[in-house]
Amino acid sequence: MTETTAEDQEYADGEDFIEGNPMANFLRMERMPHIWCPGCGIGTVVTSFAEAVKKSGIDMDKLAVVSGIGCTGRVAGYVNLDSFHTTHGRPIAFATGLKLANPELKVVVFSGDGDIMGIGGNHFIHAARRNMDLIVICVNNFTYGMTGGQVTPTTPKTANASTAPHGNFENAFSLPFLADACGANYVARWTSLHARRITGSIQEAFNKKGLSFIEVITPCTTLYARRNRLGDGLDALQYYHDKSEIKHGADTREVDIGFQDKIIMGKFVDRDNPSFLEAMNTQFSTVMGDDYQLYGKTECEGDCGE
Amino acid sequence: MRKIAANPKAVDTGTHFLDGNHAVTEGGLVSGANFFAAYPITPSTEIAELFAERIPKIGGIFIQMEDEIAALAANIGAVWGGAKVMTTTSGPGFSLMMENIGLAVMMEVPMVITNVQRAGPSTGLPTYVAQQDMMQVRWGSHGDYEIIALCPDSPQECFDLTIEAFNLSETYRVPVFIMIDECIGHMHEKVVIPEAKDINVLDRRWYDGPKGQYKPYKVGKDGIAPMAKAGDGHHMHATGLTHDERGYPALTVAQQKIVIPHLIDKIKNNADKIIKLEETDVKGAEVVVMSYGITSRVAVRAVQLAKEAGIKVGSIRLITAWPFPEKRIKEVAKDVKAIIFPEINMGQMVLEAERCAGGQCKVVSIPHPGGDVHDPDDIVAAIKEAIK
Repeated sequence: MTETTAEDQEYADGEDFIEGNPMANFLRMERMPHIWCPGCGIGTVVTSFAEAVKKSGIDMDKLAVVSGIGCTGRVAGYVNLDSFHTTHGRPIAFATGLKLANPELKVVVFSGDGDIMGIGGNHFIHAARRNMDLIVICVNNFTYGMTGGQVTPTTPKTANASTAPHGNFENAFSLPFLADACGANYVARWTSLHARRITGSIQEAFNKKGLSFIEVITPCTTLYARRNRLGDGLDALQYYHDKSEIKHGADTREVDIGFQDKIIMGKFVDRDNPSFLEAMNTQFSTVMGDDYQLYGKTECEGDCGE
Repeated sequence: MRKIAANPKAVDTGTHFLDGNHAVTEGGLVSGANFFAAYPITPSTEIAELFAERIPKIGGIFIQMEDEIAALAANIGAVWGGAKVMTTTSGPGFSLMMENIGLAVMMEVPMVITNVQRAGPSTGLPTYVAQQDMMQVRWGSHGDYEIIALCPDSPQECFDLTIEAFNLSETYRVPVFIMIDECIGHMHEKVVIPEAKDINVLDRRWYDGPKGQYKPYKVGKDGIAPMAKAGDGHHMHATGLTHDERGYPALTVAQQKIVIPHLIDKIKNNADKIIKLEETDVKGAEVVVMSYGITSRVAVRAVQLAKEAGIKVGSIRLITAWPFPEKRIKEVAKDVKAIIFPEINMGQMVLEAERCAGGQCKVVSIPHPGGDVHDPDDIVAAIKEAIK
């Protein structure tokens, strides 16, 4: 460790960030700087999230963020909200308990593709099947970033990864298709170039009941892009710009992403099937009648987002 | 800590004929458990089934998760949402829970987990008795930590100790385990459930300071930090990483040297308050039979037979398995020729007895690979052999 200079200390204290920084209220400034690499898209997604919180006027006391392990898993540590950094792959299961124990909370799961769809895939499909009242934001960087660039269930075929050094030959999950098939009420995909679109989708998700799933494509520039000789962060943005196409309502069977191939984005699914809590209250009231007292506040019965 | 009366809606006052599993659920409900995430597994399932049946009318949530990993994760989330939480499992599910038991320990989350032990390893004998997870409960998740584990030996004690388990778990912010076995879980006996006003449960140590200044790991005078729940406006943070008192990651050796001793000392330093033993005729005994759970019921018969044969034999029953009653066993070992330790495993808790005895007396394991209980005659034979 080198000695800390006064300038470093000021930096660590976050003083020069706090004044006039539009994110100051939203972040734990005392924890800045964050760990993310230059060129990484995770920060953009966090900014879009902060923007959505601000625009929707949602009560920050009643908003909680749950993350798993990995680069995106660190989001929970930086947001100035009730936030929980859990075990690898388990944030959705943790968030399920948090939401059900305290239904007045809006619970957002913020984690990566390896966490939510690799080790935690089982929890995702079941939360979507239950239509659990959660917002799941999956930052898809096509790799396990924190451990050094290993192949994930979303790495495009033929791409190179440290544990697929001769090229990936496994089929990749198409996350919107998975979320749609499992029953999520809301499914959208953007790239980290589309910051305002991400904000818009998160705002919409705040007003949805059941499970909302938002995927943000932002391949890891340090590991995935470098290993595959795709350039830096700016080249990544150029790729999103050139190869992405907005197709709202697209058939989710047709939105898979090949290596450096086109990215179909947009809002693919927006439906109002009963959420877990609604379905539970309906079933129990029907069977038990007056013996049953409705549990929690069933969301979106007229005053959503108010 | 504040004592609160049990919720009358949750208390099925009266004299009942219940099995141990049923009694655990009743104990949980009177303790105020209002959240239960679980995955079904023989021979523990009845605990979950009964909770699922009862809780909607009391006010709370039962959710059957996709596996035991998810069950434990949901339970920890529910505690941070303000719930009082219990769950149940058996061997294979207990193995899956280990990951998030570590998280519960690290986040210092109170909850009660019942393991109705069956014979392993792996799928083993799913419907048969064993006591093979006694070391797993102590050491099963990675890293260094301490937990509390209780071993009831009757349905009545299943009820009583579940209340005790909740109170201990709230007192020390630690997961507490009820380590029963298939026999105790499925044994029917009389269980008396008192009136709600006569049951005292300890409330959570709620933070009552100013909003926004809550630090989830800032300990009070007694070495334990109060809790708050998400939604209270504190914007708190908790993590499985080594953390400071704000709950922020603090990935330094210096902080590790604070956190790990804290997790251990909060139990170790209070061991005398936590530990409960049942001793019979230990004073003046030549031999002491140590046991717990269903094996203690068999030991009663063996001790009786040995006494009839004129041997001075006493018995010690572990009500608390962890923390292990180190001090007391050290004392006893000085005065007896032998400690005889039957258990339905190949010798687990006996290793602790041996360690504490430190060579002062013989320590004899009577192992059993699982599937049924000991023959009392085997225990008697060991007693006779020990005093030769």
